[in-house]
Amino acid sequence: MKLSIIVLAKQVPDTRNVGPDAMTPEGTVNRSALPAIFNPEDLNALEQALRLKDQFPGTTVNVLTMGPGRAAEVIREAMYRGADGGWLLTDRAFAGADTLATSYALATAIKHVCPNVDLIIGGRQAIDGDTAQVGPQVAEKLGLNQITYTEEILSLKDGKITVKRHIDGGVETVESLLPLVLTVNGSAAPCRPRNVKRVMKYKRCLAPMELPQGTTFADLPYAGEYDKKPYLKLGQLSCADVNADLQQCGLAGSPTKVKNVENIVFKAKESKVLTGSDEDVNGLIQELLASHTIG
Amino acid sequence: MANYYTDIKEIKFELENNPLMERIVELKERQFEDKDTYDEAPQDLADAIDSYDRVLDVVGDIVANVVAPNAEDVDAEGPHHENGRVRYASKTYENLAAMNHAGLNGMTMPRRFGGLNLPVTVYTAANEIVSAGDAGFENIWSLQDCIETLYCFGNEEQREKYIPRVCKGETMSMDLTEPDAGSDLQSVMLKATYDEENQCWRLNGSKRFITNGDSDIHLVLARSEAGTRDGRGLSMFIYDKRDGGVDVRRIENKLGIHGSPTCELVYKNAKAELCGDRKLGLIKYVMSLMNGARLGIAAQSVGLSQAAYNEAIAYARDRKQFGKAIIEFPAVQEMIANIKARLDAGRALLYQTARYVDIYKALEDIGRDRKLTPEERAELKEYSRLADAFTPLAKGMNSEYANQNAYDCIQVHGGSGFMLEYACQRIYRDARITSIYEGTTQLQTVAAIRYVTNGFYSQVIESFNPSRDARIAAMTEKYNACVAAVKEAADQELLDLSARHLYEMAADIIMSLLLLRNAEKAPELFGKSFQVFVKLAEAEVEKHATWLAGLTTSQLDNYRQA
Repeated sequence: MKLSIIVLAKQVPDTRNVGPDAMTPEGTVNRSALPAIFNPEDLNALEQALRLKDQFPGTTVNVLTMGPGRAAEVIREAMYRGADGGWLLTDRAFAGADTLATSYALATAIKHVCPNVDLIIGGRQAIDGDTAQVGPQVAEKLGLNQITYTEEILSLKDGKITVKRHIDGGVETVESLLPLVLTVNGSAAPCRPRNVKRVMKYKRCLAPMELPQGTTFADLPYAGEYDKKPYLKLGQLSCADVNADLQQCGLAGSPTKVKNVENIVFKAKESKVLTGSDEDVNGLIQELLASHTIG
Repeated sequence: MANYYTDIKEIKFELENNPLMERIVELKERQFEDKDTYDEAPQDLADAIDSYDRVLDVVGDIVANVVAPNAEDVDAEGPHHENGRVRYASKTYENLAAMNHAGLNGMTMPRRFGGLNLPVTVYTAANEIVSAGDAGFENIWSLQDCIETLYCFGNEEQREKYIPRVCKGETMSMDLTEPDAGSDLQSVMLKATYDEENQCWRLNGSKRFITNGDSDIHLVLARSEAGTRDGRGLSMFIYDKRDGGVDVRRIENKLGIHGSPTCELVYKNAKAELCGDRKLGLIKYVMSLMNGARLGIAAQSVGLSQAAYNEAIAYARDRKQFGKAIIEFPAVQEMIANIKARLDAGRALLYQTARYVDIYKALEDIGRDRKLTPEERAELKEYSRLADAFTPLAKGMNSEYANQNAYDCIQVHGGSGFMLEYACQRIYRDARITSIYEGTTQLQTVAAIRYVTNGFYSQVIESFNPSRDARIAAMTEKYNACVAAVKEAADQELLDLSARHLYEMAADIIMSLLLLRNAEKAPELFGKSFQVFVKLAEAEVEKHATWLAGLTTSQLDNYRQA
């Protein structure tokens, strides 16, 4: 069985190590202070796709990502780890998209490049928006089944997939027919590392959008390689390429409006000051014993 | 995200800032002849160096995010002995899976066998990085290096059979030591007999202290010539675990490198293939195997020194006493600065050695396919000699430094360092073996002493131009005088007793010069280390010179205990 799999991935600012300069005074993300990374749960998603590729030789795994030129880094990164290729969905018209406009663009692109897709796998949510809406919305727009919070694909045969999903206080095993959309939880297996042969092979991969303005592949160092090895040119899709309706893209297609951004400081709900006196120490011990924290 | 390669700028410096690198790439890539056959092969020098950098980035990532976080658990669990087999600590399997997914096996092997065709210098860097994360795991992983010996001396059929398997992640071991044959490998007694009926060799007997002894592919030193008692009766064999016949009798309980199973093996009529020619097992093949392994231990030692430095400085910045971080105190500063100086000097020596090894090995390899030109033959001879002279220095000095650095790292931790909660205790235990296995420091001295007496180290020092630093020039003068005096005494026992001192003096001067060169190119990275190291070296050289000056043949008896 050969599957056609699309992995949805996003380049995000690394919000896990936030410093004091993470936000601009205007309340937007200060991208220069936060390195751009592969959204962590999308890596878990990629691993699930690559495991299916290991299991079913001939399966193709392609990454679809929406963003500016530099977002193509996630396609390369996925290829280093085992993906076959991918597309950068990029256009000014996509800018400012909320989850609805994003899922419209992604779904439209999938219909265009891979109408017979068997599985669409993405991370549960991105660490910059934390909505967990894009995966489910893509499924709705394509009219596909969906399984969210996936932890492990248990089996796939006769067009039927069995999945273990994470739920509050436990796990649930569910089945679905293909094709479908899976969103993968961070508790799923971590992604395999980059393979060094693939890194050396694909290191020069570029999407046209990444080239310096006014240049072509012919102007690059090792230009001859781009003619000899077509895989070095990454797929790129514009709004027009996928026949997307401009009214449903980007800012125009985004009903979400940010009304206000507030900076908050986390504070402990209650705090207690103890001295080193015997009385305080004994008091603390009694309290910890009573709450079964110790003993 | 942490990365054990990109976080340590000094490693990258060694790969990029050396004129020998260009020659190494040229020889190793043979005019970039693979570029149209293999998609991953480099197009030119810059492309090759860029690929090396990216490969090490992957190594550094895996070590920071998989190997190092697993190190404590692997150390605590250790391997298990079950039904004559080894089961690694559970997280060792995680480490191996990550290395295999990344394709970090058979790193120096040609691409046609599935290898990465990387220079020894790059492999050495990978080795150092893995060791900094977990020196015990480094042991298992770096035994892939044994494949070099099979590649050099095995026949084409054996190469095609075994090398691709190692490139896919099968592990190796070198089965040399026996209960009565440790440093003295000439005494190896494991019996190899030819089985006429089945047209193969059979191994019978036992081996001891075999690192990763339940590996997939073993290189075994055995006595093929019945009735002989010395090294000339020994041959090298390949044992394939798929054939069966070798069981693990026990796993040793060791002070350190717990992740690495050290096995006692029993061979029961185990089927084996002869590797290379009969009788050359010890005198040619094991010597080659050992030289590779010694460079590996030098890299392992540098990795441990880096780990010791990381732990020491992190603790000293964090720990407050008398109202300030202890790193503010000169007594602590000196310990940490000395660790860094020994680390940087030892690393410079490590990579200089690796580059020499690369050039001679690449030329030797070219020589297998075509006749070398007279210039190439001369170059091969020169670098082979340099590699031979530098390997015992790199192994001996770095392993002693790893121990000293680990000791100082615990000292920086004070009482906490003696508790088992901090990583420094594992580093300390793991470092201890480095100056023992693959030839003790005393045996490194034996391997090196001829280059003292025949003046080769003096020539090398001269070629590095010691006169550009007055302190190094003065050390050189003292060293040359000591060598002359010992030679004049013309007494073998006196020379043997002086050897370690002369060896260290040569090493101190060579490391000072290598670090000087680094400091000249990158003062921001090496300026301080160089100054600190030269002070240490001056004091060491003076100490040895004083010790040697007072040594006469009449004193030799004082060293003999009844």
